[in-house]
Amino acid sequence: MDCQLDIFFIEALINGLLLAGLLALLALGLNLIFGVIDVVWICYAELVMVGMYGLYHANKAGVPFLLAAVLAILLVAAAGALLHFLVIRPVLDTPPINQLLVTGGVLFLLQAAATMAFGIEFRNVGIRLGSLNLADMSFSWSRILAFLVALGGMLALWLFLKRTYVGTAIRAIAQDRQIMPLMGVDSRRLYLVTSAIGGGLAGLAATLMVLQYDIYPQIGLQFGPLIFMICVLGGLGNMIGGFIAAFIISQFIAVGSSCFHTEWGYAVAFLFFMVAIFLRPQGLFGGKA
Amino acid sequence: MSIARLSPAAILVLLAVAALPLLVRIVSPASEKYYLHLLIQILLWSFIYTGWSLMGRFGLTSLGHGAFTGIGAYATVMLWNFAGLTPWLGIPISVALAAAVGVLVGYPCFRLRITGHYFALLTLALTEFVRLCIVGLRDYTGGSLGTQPRRYDDGLSLYALQFEPDRMLAYYIAFALWLLGLYVWLRVDASMDRYALDAASQDEDAAASVGIDVTREKLKITALSSALCALGGAIFAQYQMYIGPDTVAGLGTSLNIVFAVIAGGLWVPLGPTVGAVFTQVLAEGLRVAVQGSATLKSLLGSSALALDQAIYGLLLVLFIIYMPKGILGTGADWWRRWRKR
Repeated sequence: MDCQLDIFFIEALINGLLLAGLLALLALGLNLIFGVIDVVWICYAELVMVGMYGLYHANKAGVPFLLAAVLAILLVAAAGALLHFLVIRPVLDTPPINQLLVTGGVLFLLQAAATMAFGIEFRNVGIRLGSLNLADMSFSWSRILAFLVALGGMLALWLFLKRTYVGTAIRAIAQDRQIMPLMGVDSRRLYLVTSAIGGGLAGLAATLMVLQYDIYPQIGLQFGPLIFMICVLGGLGNMIGGFIAAFIISQFIAVGSSCFHTEWGYAVAFLFFMVAIFLRPQGLFGGKA
Repeated sequence: MSIARLSPAAILVLLAVAALPLLVRIVSPASEKYYLHLLIQILLWSFIYTGWSLMGRFGLTSLGHGAFTGIGAYATVMLWNFAGLTPWLGIPISVALAAAVGVLVGYPCFRLRITGHYFALLTLALTEFVRLCIVGLRDYTGGSLGTQPRRYDDGLSLYALQFEPDRMLAYYIAFALWLLGLYVWLRVDASMDRYALDAASQDEDAAASVGIDVTREKLKITALSSALCALGGAIFAQYQMYIGPDTVAGLGTSLNIVFAVIAGGLWVPLGPTVGAVFTQVLAEGLRVAVQGSATLKSLLGSSALALDQAIYGLLLVLFIIYMPKGILGTGADWWRRWRKR
């Protein structure tokens, strides 16, 4: 295959960087949930799918895009809180693998419910933002926008965790689950807030993804495994590590896809992931496990 | 486990399962093929589920078994289609390959004590990797559309291990496989390894301190479990005469395996079988119910296709929250309590 260091290669590199922003945002919410509640939402990508459908249908019903985007974020935030309240809370004290599996049931349910409600057709909001042409390279604005908003979202979360009272409490409970309730913190409420924020981040990612991808019920299977891989690679619960991992993985995908077939980019990324975990089980940037 | 040690109830169950196709022939000869097909599917998946539960019951929740069924099915068919190698040789090779992959991924996992979430997500990556390789090698595998084993003669051949047209034969092949799965389960259950693995799943340090080679024990069960799943995948391919990355490999298959076992019961020998019966009957029953009723059909339209998955997902959530021991496990508990009174 032709894989020279030419302008298309650089284009692929930069597109990989833009993809990294989106993937990092996707991983961020999952990382927050894991770091604070110690639960893996295996249906995380399906929550994103819910947000995408919500936005699509609100937009089709005549709601302007930006308002629909806000509604979608709120919808997924509510879904996240509901998921925690109905599904996670009852199994919070059982073996951790149960919590992962129970959200797997939600994955099936959401996917099937979306198929029943919206059919299996691919849908598109039909907004084209055009693309930025630089030299002989072209980058779609939707990707650039996604990258910038993703960065903004991460910054906002960081400020929230560092600067607000609730954020401080969330960081504290992530450090020591046992002691915080003794300090008079209502861990149940904090978990609920965290779940809503995690859901909101999924919603934010959904608003960016509708600009780039078609919506269909199985879209979660396309992104879900990638997101988990990025979280684990960055060290589950480590948000900065997650960002760097997203960058590495998306470079594999972007460069691999431009040189070979798309699948090989993904396949090599998964292989790299497995080898990396064997070399550093706590994640590339995780502290001591 | 000798036959003599089986309880009368167990022998009765085995005889009943063995006699099922005869019952089908008597009761409903017109749709014999359809019912036998259902039963064969249940038995084949039961075997695969049982293979997974060997590991799953010791806390090794693998989402990687879709990779093993995929390797079993694809390696066998590829060897037959492109090298002309009979499945009688192809299946052992592909089973060995799957076991080798299992050990290759398992060894670092167990040495580094990757467990719980991490183990599940890592094996999930293995599944995706294998699926992507299958899709990527589309010149041979047919990509995401799947492919078929080359038909030999009229599709009924000992040499090519093709038996799809003769449903009776297929049923007893699946039945034999199912028995093999149960036999292995019981053998493991009665072995010392089982106690070692039970101990390791409770507390690895404590288990290691009494002289259990935890890594070795886990590797043994992983090799066995992945080999059984690969064998199941290979026979499934020979029966279906079609393989696709989404039917025998991939994340969907992995999740189906895990959840069917949990629904049926992870810690009882027939749990995986009950899980297979439950999932197949749920899917088929709903399909027939919707097809048969005009009101339901007009109400649901084409969305009925996903109805079984929706109900299945909902039930799974309820199962894990309210009866983590599964249908059979919970049923057995009730039975025991009822007898005590």
